[in-house]
Amino acid sequence: MVRAVCAKDLRIEQRSKVLTSQIMPFALVTLVLFAFALDGDAILERTAPGLVWLAMLFSSMIIVQRSFAVETADGALDALRVAGADMSAVFWGKWFALIVQLIILEVVLVVGAIVMFGIDLRVSGLVLLVTSSISATCGLSAVSTIYAGLASGVRGRESLLPLLVLPVASPVLIGATRSAEAAFGAGGTVVSEGWPWLGLLSVFAVVFSFGGSLAFGPLIDD
Amino acid sequence: MTLDPPSTVSTTSRRGTATAATRAVGVLTIVMIGWLGVFGLLLSPADRDQGDAVRIMYVHVPSVWLAYLAFIVTALASAVHLFGKSHSMQADRVAGASAEIGVVFMAVTLVTGMLWGRITWGVYWQWDARLTTTALLFISYIGYLAVRGLEGSRSQRARRSAIVGLLAVLEVPLVHWSVKLWRSLHQEATVLGTDLDVSLDGLMLFSLFVGVVAFTLLFLWLLLHRSRVLTMIDLSAETGLDAALAQRRAEGGVTA
Amino acid sequence: MTDAGFILGSYAITFGSILIFTWRTIRSGRNLSDGMSDEEKPWL
Repeated sequence: MVRAVCAKDLRIEQRSKVLTSQIMPFALVTLVLFAFALDGDAILERTAPGLVWLAMLFSSMIIVQRSFAVETADGALDALRVAGADMSAVFWGKWFALIVQLIILEVVLVVGAIVMFGIDLRVSGLVLLVTSSISATCGLSAVSTIYAGLASGVRGRESLLPLLVLPVASPVLIGATRSAEAAFGAGGTVVSEGWPWLGLLSVFAVVFSFGGSLAFGPLIDD
Repeated sequence: MTLDPPSTVSTTSRRGTATAATRAVGVLTIVMIGWLGVFGLLLSPADRDQGDAVRIMYVHVPSVWLAYLAFIVTALASAVHLFGKSHSMQADRVAGASAEIGVVFMAVTLVTGMLWGRITWGVYWQWDARLTTTALLFISYIGYLAVRGLEGSRSQRARRSAIVGLLAVLEVPLVHWSVKLWRSLHQEATVLGTDLDVSLDGLMLFSLFVGVVAFTLLFLWLLLHRSRVLTMIDLSAETGLDAALAQRRAEGGVTA
Repeated sequence: MTDAGFILGSYAITFGSILIFTWRTIRSGRNLSDGMSDEEKPWL
C-alpha cells in the first residue's frame, strides 16, 4: 500500500514533468535573484547555505500543493478512503514520494550554489551534508504532508499552507542551514560544529513523521 | 430580501452572555486590574538596575502567562474533543475561544516586550530563544484560527483544528531547542547587557502576583463569554440553514 | 519617571486591548442573543 501510493505519486510526477520543467527552474531563478539582492561575492559565499534552504522551503510548498491537488481534483483521496485504505499507509507513501522529489531538488540547488556562489565543498563535510539533508528532508516532508492533507480540497489552501508549515518548519531551516554551513565551511566554521544539528533534525523528523502518520487518518477521514 | 423579526424571541429573553457567575468574576477582574494599575505604576518601587522600566513587567508577564494558559487550555480542549468518546463540540468551542484570547494576549505580550526591550537592551528585538519561540507560536496560532475559518462541516472543522492545536504543542519544545542551540553559537548576549530577569523584592513580587491573579480571572471571564458567543454562532448557522431550506422548499411548492 | 512614554504606553496598549476585546465580545454576545430564546442558551 505504502509502495503503491508512493509509486503512483512518482509516476504522475514522471509523466507531467512539473518538477523538472517548472519547479527546478523556479528554484534556480530564486538563487539568481538572491545573488542580485545580496550583491557581493563574499556575502553570497557566507549566506549560501541559508539561501539554498530558503529556496528549498519555498519550492517545497509548490511541490506539496501539487501532490495533493492531483488527489483532490478527481476525488482520488475519497476513493482511497471509501476503498478502506489504511490512511497511515497513504501518509507514508506520500511522505516518501515527497522526499524523493525534494532530494532531487536539493541536489540541483546545492550544485547550483556551488557553481554560482563559489562554495567549495570539502570531502570531510560531504557526509555531514548528506545525512543532515536527508534528516531535514524527512522532517520537512512529514510536516508538509500533514498540513497539505489538512488543507486539501479546501478553498484558499494555497495561501494557508505556507502559514501553517513555515513556522513549524523553522527548526528544520535552522538545523539544515547550520549543518550545511559547517559542511561548506562558510564563515570559518568547522565540520564538527554541524553534528549537534543532525541530532535536532533527526528528532524533528521522527516526531513529525510518527505524529503525522497517527494524525493523518482523522484529518482526512470524515 | 425581507428581514422579518426573529420569531423565536420571547419576552423573557435575556440579553447577552452573562450569568451571575460571570458577573461576579467580571467585578473581581475589574477590581484586580484596578489594583494592578495602582501597584504597578504607583506603589511598587523602581528597580535598582532597571529603574521604572521594571513596571512594564507587571503587565508583560501576566499577559504572557495568560497567553500560554490560553494555549494550554486550547490543547487540552482539543485533546478532549479528539480522544473523548462523545467528540464534544463544546470542547471544540472552548478550544477556539481560548485560542482567540491567546492570540490577542500574545500580541500584547510581544508589543509590551518590545517596548521593555527598547528601554533595557536598547533594541526592540533580540534573537533569543524565548522571544523567537513566542513569535513563532503567535504565528502558528494565527494559522490555527485560519484553520478554524476554513469551509467544511462543523465536525470536520473541529477535528482539523484539534489536530492543529495539538501539533502546535509539539512545535514549542522543538522550536525552543533549535533557537537556543542556534543562539548559543553566537555568544553575543553580553553585548546587549542585562537580561530581563530582575531580583524581586517583596512589594514587586506582590504587584506581579496581583497582575497574574487579575489576568487569570480575566481569562476565565473572557473564556466563558467567548465560548458562549461561539456556541451561538454555531446555533445561528444551524437555524439559518434550516430557515433557508424551509424557504427554498416553500418556494418550490409555490412554483410547482 | 524616565522612559514614561514607553512605560505608560505599554500599560495603555495592554489595557486598551483588553477593553476592545472585552467590548467586542460583549457586543457580539448581545447581538447574537437577541435572536434567540432562552431555551437555546445552554449556559442559562
